[in-house]
Amino acid sequence: MRPDLHVVAGLVPAGSRVLDLGCGDGDLLDHLIHRHGCAGQGVEASPEALHACVVRGIPVVQADIDRGLPDFEDGAFDVVVLSQTLQAVHRPVLVLREMIGVVSFPNFGHWRIRAQLALRGRMPVSRTLPYAWYETPNIHLCTIHDFEALLAREGLAATRRRLLDDAGGPAPPWVARRPNLLAAGAVYLIRG
Amino acid sequence: MGSSVGQVETQRAVLFNEDRPLVLDSGARLAPVEVAYETYGRLDARRANAVVVCHALTGDAHAAGHHGDPSRTGWWDNFIGPGKPLDTDRHFVVCANLLGGCRGTTGPSSIDPATGRRYGLRFPLFTVSDLVRVHRALMGHLAIERPLAAVGGSLGGMQALQWALDAPGELGAALVICASARLSAQNIAFSAVARQAILGDPDFHGGDYAERGTRPDRGLALARMLAHITYLSEESMRRKFGRRIQDADEPRFGFDVDFAVESYLQHQGESFLRRFDANSYLYLTRVMDYFDPFADPAATARALHGTSTEFLVLSFDTDWRFDTEHSKEIVRELASHHVPVTFREIASPHGHDSFLLEVPEYHRTVAGFLDAVGRRAGVPARR
Repeated sequence: MRPDLHVVAGLVPAGSRVLDLGCGDGDLLDHLIHRHGCAGQGVEASPEALHACVVRGIPVVQADIDRGLPDFEDGAFDVVVLSQTLQAVHRPVLVLREMIGVVSFPNFGHWRIRAQLALRGRMPVSRTLPYAWYETPNIHLCTIHDFEALLAREGLAATRRRLLDDAGGPAPPWVARRPNLLAAGAVYLIRG
Repeated sequence: MGSSVGQVETQRAVLFNEDRPLVLDSGARLAPVEVAYETYGRLDARRANAVVVCHALTGDAHAAGHHGDPSRTGWWDNFIGPGKPLDTDRHFVVCANLLGGCRGTTGPSSIDPATGRRYGLRFPLFTVSDLVRVHRALMGHLAIERPLAAVGGSLGGMQALQWALDAPGELGAALVICASARLSAQNIAFSAVARQAILGDPDFHGGDYAERGTRPDRGLALARMLAHITYLSEESMRRKFGRRIQDADEPRFGFDVDFAVESYLQHQGESFLRRFDANSYLYLTRVMDYFDPFADPAATARALHGTSTEFLVLSFDTDWRFDTEHSKEIVRELASHHVPVTFREIASPHGHDSFLLEVPEYHRTVAGFLDAVGRRAGVPARR
């Protein structure tokens, strides 16, 4: 499993009912269901990713979260996960408002990203942002500062934050001194 | 893809008799109840690999293989067989004609032992739960305690869903394909007109047409023609027929069959008469109109609480008989009761009929889902 998913999984209480929006191949849910005793439900739009979930027995509902979240009843899930998905949705604010849970995203303020733009004058490509500008699904990239400003504006509170390194794993403690510059990504546990 | 199960035979079993009648939801008692069914593949030693196929409105027990002429195969032959989604190398597939049907199972054209006459419209009204009662009795007859799955499209999907609700945890999985948990006014309207065609046929005689030596063929064919329109998408009709003229280059200008689509519908109506009974058509369309398995929230909550049955809900994007919204409603109900569910909307140009056709994405989804369910139940992997 990708290292950042381990960090995300660490913020999900064992045994909870988890909705993973943009669950991809179901790696995180597989882990949460089989190692954390969670009840998992995925939502995904890509046919190939959907099939990957079906084959491995991960419950997944086909839906495009850009066209509104699936009409699940309030309280049907304890935790909603938005792992490396927020930056790819058309209206991230609407998605955030509807969910309480775990959000992870790449930090566009990371020094490597800044350096590529500042020194080479090219759109940044990195391990966390591996796409060329013309093929990227990421249309709403933000920095850690941007994201926290949005939380404040929307009246959402982050109860936990985990910073990620280049490889997606937990960042070393000194990164917390200047997260917006030093963290390659971040994971937030949000309460409404 | 895959091969055939070869030659098969329809079997029969009397599942309910005078001493042990079928008690319907309505309280009515029915005996005897005989069921026609077919099986494909082998039941494993643990009796854990049974997959029950629930047929739709006009299906029958003959789902796969042939009865002697290899060119005339069962109605779901592309779906059932070695290497197919229901893989008879691993699964023991059972398909029974429905209660109220006319293809070997007790229905309105059977003789009522109380009167010595055919039931006709004196046959009791029944529900989808009653259909499930009979399926479960057949499982008892075959000594299968826990089927790996129940699978069905349209009315068949309704049975799979109802089974999962009526006997929580009994099924390993319910595969609910292009079904509905609550018909819309439009759905009911189409069925109402189809029934009126039958009821209004002068040869119907209040359902006792057989005694009069007649058949409401006009009405039944009309009902089938109307229904058949709802099974196809506009796109598939355009592709198949367009505005082509049947057997001619120029229109003949008149009221006889002229367009290819008219000829097709007429053929559908006429060929239907050879295999279907008008009274069965009335009962089996009515059972869908009244189907409302989530009507009682408390009962639904009890049925779904902690159920081990896994759910696959499928719809087809061009199906307008039971469009994707019907399937999403089922997903919403299940998810709101904390039941994990897998849902796909499959792209297919063929409308409601898609569930009977070989749509690759559809078949691989069913196969992949059943593999995962089978893995957990200890059914050997696909070869």
